[in-house]
Amino acid sequence: MKRRGFIKSSVGAGVAAVAAASLGSFEKALGSTPSSKSLDYDIVAVKGGEPAAMFDLGIQAMGGMGAFVSKGQRVVVKPNIGWDVVPEKAANTNPELVKRIVEHCIKAGAGEVFVFDHTCDNWVKCYKSSGIEQAAKEAGAKVVPADSESYYKQVTIPNGKRMTSAKVHELILNCDVFINVPVLKNHGGALMTGALKNMMGVVWDRGYWHKNDLNQCIADYALYPKKPVLHVMDAYRVMTKNGPRGVSVDDLVFMQSLLLSTDWVAIDAAGAKMLNLEPSQVKYITLAAEMGLGKNDLSKLNINRIKI
Amino acid sequence: MKTSALKHIRIIFSALVLLVFVLMFVDFRDLFPEEHFRWLLKLQFVPSFIKYVIAGVAASTGFIVVLALTLLSGRTYCSFLCPLGILQDVNSRIGGKVKRRYRKYGYKKPYTITRYLILAIVIVVVFLGGTYLLNILDPYTIFGRFMTYFLKPVVLLLNNFTANILSRFDIYTVYKVDIKLFEWAVYAVPAVFVLLVGTLSFRYGRLYCNSICPVGTLLGLLSKISVLRIRFEKDTKCTRCGRCAVACKSSCIDFLNRKIDLSRCVSCFNCLDACSSGGITYSPFFIRPKEEKIPEETVVDESRRRFIVGTTLLVAGLPAILKGQDVVKKQVRESGVKEDRLYPVCPPGSVSIDNFTQRCTACSLCISVCPTSVIQPSLNQYGISGIMQPRMDYETGFCNYECNKCSEICPTGAIMPLALEAKKITQIGKAVYIRENCYVYTERTACGACSEHCPTKAVSMVPFEDGLYIPETHDNICIGCGACEYACPASPYKAIFVDGNQIHEVADKPEISAQKKNSDDFPF
Repeated sequence: MKRRGFIKSSVGAGVAAVAAASLGSFEKALGSTPSSKSLDYDIVAVKGGEPAAMFDLGIQAMGGMGAFVSKGQRVVVKPNIGWDVVPEKAANTNPELVKRIVEHCIKAGAGEVFVFDHTCDNWVKCYKSSGIEQAAKEAGAKVVPADSESYYKQVTIPNGKRMTSAKVHELILNCDVFINVPVLKNHGGALMTGALKNMMGVVWDRGYWHKNDLNQCIADYALYPKKPVLHVMDAYRVMTKNGPRGVSVDDLVFMQSLLLSTDWVAIDAAGAKMLNLEPSQVKYITLAAEMGLGKNDLSKLNINRIKI
Repeated sequence: MKTSALKHIRIIFSALVLLVFVLMFVDFRDLFPEEHFRWLLKLQFVPSFIKYVIAGVAASTGFIVVLALTLLSGRTYCSFLCPLGILQDVNSRIGGKVKRRYRKYGYKKPYTITRYLILAIVIVVVFLGGTYLLNILDPYTIFGRFMTYFLKPVVLLLNNFTANILSRFDIYTVYKVDIKLFEWAVYAVPAVFVLLVGTLSFRYGRLYCNSICPVGTLLGLLSKISVLRIRFEKDTKCTRCGRCAVACKSSCIDFLNRKIDLSRCVSCFNCLDACSSGGITYSPFFIRPKEEKIPEETVVDESRRRFIVGTTLLVAGLPAILKGQDVVKKQVRESGVKEDRLYPVCPPGSVSIDNFTQRCTACSLCISVCPTSVIQPSLNQYGISGIMQPRMDYETGFCNYECNKCSEICPTGAIMPLALEAKKITQIGKAVYIRENCYVYTERTACGACSEHCPTKAVSMVPFEDGLYIPETHDNICIGCGACEYACPASPYKAIFVDGNQIHEVADKPEISAQKKNSDDFPF
């Protein structure tokens, strides 16, 4: 419903976009606005290109960034920058992808774009080694620290089963919209990390989640009303074992894929399949679906599969 | 050279040296290119002495340079290179401005017994194999602790204040850094020295350096026979106006008798600047006005000379003597003693706990530069004599896999240089898993925080029950970085902790196995 609202509101802006929608060139993609075709996709899945090119196609199929970001808005792009490793090890979101997303946001008229993550390793090193700080800055984003408790504000999570409150980064609270950009990875405890689990990087006290049934807390956080308007899942290089930090590049499978969705349960379910898991094996996906936070039955989803 | 020029050179040079040292300790953002200034660290007398004699690093000759410099030019080390000395000069100057009437300059007798007794005790203790007196009395170390314990938190406070204001305007170039204070007890020693050194220098100039500091006293023995020295011209130039004595921070100029106590003179050249008649000079001792008598202080003291020669020889040969004495002690962990920490964990590069505690003066430079704050002052983990010596504290942080900063910067050889690739397989401790504390076991809920953080997968997750996975440790690839312990949410006792290796070991490289190729289709 929400997505439809977005799309309706901006549909008048771009009739020319329909023509552009069939091709993947950057300029056309940037100029594109929602086409009526995109309305029915639960997931857009792109395969076979470089991260930026795949995003161009994917966002176009989603109706263009203009469907999600309006002029003058404060936008947060939230990648996974958890680890002090280089992009080749794919423990963090691909920097080229982050860069392209920021570019699209700015082109769509975003007043400001912020990028941050509450990292696991030393944040300065993570921001640097991941290549995300540089890439996002080049695209015009503000790369913001998230390493001090003072940046976080207490919020209540309505109807949370194990987690009824959390300290959330002030930018999530202050921004107009935010875009969730997880990297798909294997995870030792939760089996996989994707869109839902990426929210552990917007809260201060992750220990609480681990302590109080990680799966339930991941699902609980998704109840918090300020939700991402779009999820972009990086599956370019996918860590299928030893996650989420990884030991070497041998933990990766080169899938060259990208998923986009406004439903984080759906996108995580698709991600699970890519990790050779059934969505039902990943408990938080099941829990979130049961709580009405999204759809987990892939057979009932309308997926737009794009191959380059 | 014009006499006043010497003083100005000293002020400019020492101000720069002080600035470098302050930045080295308080630069929490790693903006200052300290790697270009490590030569200043290498010239610190006690650290380089320890590195040479105890760590056996033959290239650590900074203290020999200092000894030679002293023989040549007097105690210029104290005025030009010692950060604590320079800091005291700054404080004395403030003292002079604020309360001139309290200032107690002018000639005073030396505290001969005190200073030589302290020096003798320190030397005896060092040669018996303990550095703990140096930990307390080394001037560079004292300075380092001032910076780490007191100045750095203040700098962070100011930084955070600025960051707070700027963040309201969405400016994040200055960012907040959470201030982590140490355990209160470790502040005791630095606090006493702040009061002691602060008060003495505020009112009496270099009294601390000339009565307590063992380095000052030792160099004073040599400066008595230095080539270049402050001297009275014994012809008619001196008018006995006394300005030199009043300007002397060391209170070592007896202007009435035209005598200078060279053992206390720190070659600051204030007297040269104060003298209006040219009656006092800094010049080689052998250039004498014709009718001058041999000054008393140049009379050769044979016993002292023998002491110096003997000490020098002993020092030169000591690394070789000590090398053969590394005693290997190794305890085997008793089974069933799971929650006991048998050993503290010392930083990678320190080779063994014994090596580390013998060489470390607790200057705290590693604590200051550590990007993750995992290095913290110990309380009694190394025994009470090791108070303030750094340890890996996995409550505060964990050792970054891609970092070897502490090993690069340690001036005493307590942490020896370790290439990053070598550091990644240096096992400083081993993870010990306590299933009974683990939430996966007790609560039957998913976690995996330990395994998640482990850079080598020495902690892996293995199938448990109900689709849950539970940690399993692999000692052979564990490097003891403490990421698992830090991340473990269990409280009050961790379900996984790192117990130190008494002697560091080499871990196996993480296992690597190739993956199957990817298909061209989506699996959904």
